[in-house]
Amino acid sequence: MQPLVRTVGISKSYPSGGTIVRAVSNVSLAIEHGEFVAIRGRSGSGKSTLMNLLGLLDRPDSGTYTFNGQEVAMLSEDGRATVRSHDIGFIFQQPALLPRATALENVELPLIYAGISPSRRRRTARDALDRVGLGDRGHHWPNQLSGGEQQRVVIARATVNDPALILADEPTGSLDSATGNEILSLFEALHHDGRTIIVVTHATEVANRARRLITLHDGQIVEDSSASSDNLRPAALAMDSLP
Amino acid sequence: MSPLESLRIAARALRVNKLRSALTVLGIVVGVGAVVCMVSVGAGAQAEVSEKIRTLGANLLLVMPGARNSGGARLESGTQPTLTIEDAASIRRELADVQVAAPLLSRSLPLVAANRNWVTVVAGINPDYLVAREWQVAGGRLFTSDEIASGAKVAIVGAVIVEELFNGGSGIGETLRIGNVPFTVIGVLDKKGLGAAGRSQDDVVFIPLSAAKSRVLGAVRGTTREALDFISIKVSDTTAMSEIQRDVEALLRQRHRIRGDAPSDFRIENPADVLFARGAAMRLLASLLIAVAAVSLVVGGISIMNIMLVSVTERTREIGLRIAVGARRREIRWQFLIEAAILALVGGLVGAFLGAAAAVAIAWKAGWPVLISPWAIVLACGFAGFIGISFGLYPAHRAARLDPIVALRFE
Ligand SMILES: Nc1ncnc2c1ncn2[C@@H]1O[C@H](COP(=O)(O)OP(=O)(O)O)[C@@H](O)[C@H]1O
Ligand SMILES: [Mg+2]
Repeated sequence: MQPLVRTVGISKSYPSGGTIVRAVSNVSLAIEHGEFVAIRGRSGSGKSTLMNLLGLLDRPDSGTYTFNGQEVAMLSEDGRATVRSHDIGFIFQQPALLPRATALENVELPLIYAGISPSRRRRTARDALDRVGLGDRGHHWPNQLSGGEQQRVVIARATVNDPALILADEPTGSLDSATGNEILSLFEALHHDGRTIIVVTHATEVANRARRLITLHDGQIVEDSSASSDNLRPAALAMDSLP
Repeated sequence: MSPLESLRIAARALRVNKLRSALTVLGIVVGVGAVVCMVSVGAGAQAEVSEKIRTLGANLLLVMPGARNSGGARLESGTQPTLTIEDAASIRRELADVQVAAPLLSRSLPLVAANRNWVTVVAGINPDYLVAREWQVAGGRLFTSDEIASGAKVAIVGAVIVEELFNGGSGIGETLRIGNVPFTVIGVLDKKGLGAAGRSQDDVVFIPLSAAKSRVLGAVRGTTREALDFISIKVSDTTAMSEIQRDVEALLRQRHRIRGDAPSDFRIENPADVLFARGAAMRLLASLLIAVAAVSLVVGGISIMNIMLVSVTERTREIGLRIAVGARRREIRWQFLIEAAILALVGGLVGAFLGAAAAVAIAWKAGWPVLISPWAIVLACGFAGFIGISFGLYPAHRAARLDPIVALRFE
């Protein structure tokens, strides 16, 4: 079976004050179905940019990206929107909820754009809220929920369309460590359910819970170690990135 | 995403900011309201004018006693009895295009029939008057020449009189006291409806002019027996109205021995002209207001655009989030376009309702028929929707162009 994510030499640059910043530079990476990957690195090392590229929110300047067997680097905007709505779940650092929609409606959002009927939508969203332990809070407004609860609603939303890949960019960054740990337990549970998860984090505990740790520096992968005994993957990757 | 879904999302966004949405559409409300109101009022006024001209007869001239200068003081019009039956006879005799020149003498008097009372206009006429007014009897008969010559105590009454005094009966053959003088009703007139002054033309009693002068009106008036209220002239050729008007004037000035540039002691009016002028003035006013309304609609469109731009900025994060979870650009664009169109359409509907209500109130106050033009409503609302969509295009485009990564970072 092909890896879920396979990038070969993807780069992304931004013009910044007259010069060009290579936010992601020649990154080659393969992630299998069911992996739980942590990405770390100093601020400005390109973690968010890489997540945006992997999540098809952005397009690489160069390189190829095969997601779920489909070549997506050159996909049209609408094509990428379709992949996002069906196969990708995003979790951002700031709990990003629509303030004028209830928790349940927020969870339904991706299903609306995936064209799912209202009644099925409601049912699916309720199940997703149940899984993050907020089944009884569906009618609450975001400002009636704590930061941790809001982030759990976001996780419910990111998993509601049963995505192939879940991306979380510093999901515990705005939370205290106890609440952060609860969120991380949710990720572990998702991993046990067989989902593929990539988490950007500074916290070492997170990194420890992940099965694989990737370190970025100046837009490049400087370390890719598996927490499991399976150390063959970096070698395979190196093979992949050969011209 | 289905169109219904887009509609639901847009309606929800508008409901969140109810007051702002309401203020935004004010320009559209005023514009559409003014168009609907003015078109309806204009149509009602027009119908009213046409109807009055129809009941009056289009080929009618009225000669009324006018002011005469007396010691520098101008007497009020109509106080000097200057028109005589001989004047009427000579207009008929001397001017070829005059079909009928009918003298009339009238006064408001109390009527009594059986035990009922009523006050109305009692007018002394010759049968010529009914010819000039193109007025037929619905029942009974007209005056005979014997009755005219002898001043017989017979009356032809309007429909309102039958209703008020002879409730149920036809009235013909009944006795009617005018002042204290008993008259026999011999005819009932066709219904004419409201007149130019807004009063029912059917609230009238006609008696022979000679009877009026000798038995009823002459006595109370205490004026010369020759005096008339006015002479109605029916013209055979409507295209020659103004020439005939000049001829009548010259003839009467000569008969009244008015020399040089001294003012006439009578006035000649063409009621159709007066009504036409009034109708034209109404229409001009209405079209001016419609122009103002068009400006108001454009201003309303600009205010929609302004608020939509503010809304796009405020909801930058929302837009970024929607794109991140899979919204296509065109779905974002539609969402904002639909919001603008709903604003404009709701404004249009509210405006149409208020405009129609205002038109009904105006028509009711003025005694006009109410003519709410459905076309004006459809057109005005359609135009409002068009304005909403055109002025919503740019904000919607701005929203759809947002980069989700930048939008999600937006504070
Ligand atoms: N939209 C952008 N415009 C300009 N520069 C950017 C933009 N996004 C990221 N960068 C730059 O790219 C580099 C990597 O940023 P980022 O991926 O956000 O890093 P991290 O998430 O690891 O902190 C930084 O130097 C940042 O300034
Ligand atoms: Mg970052």
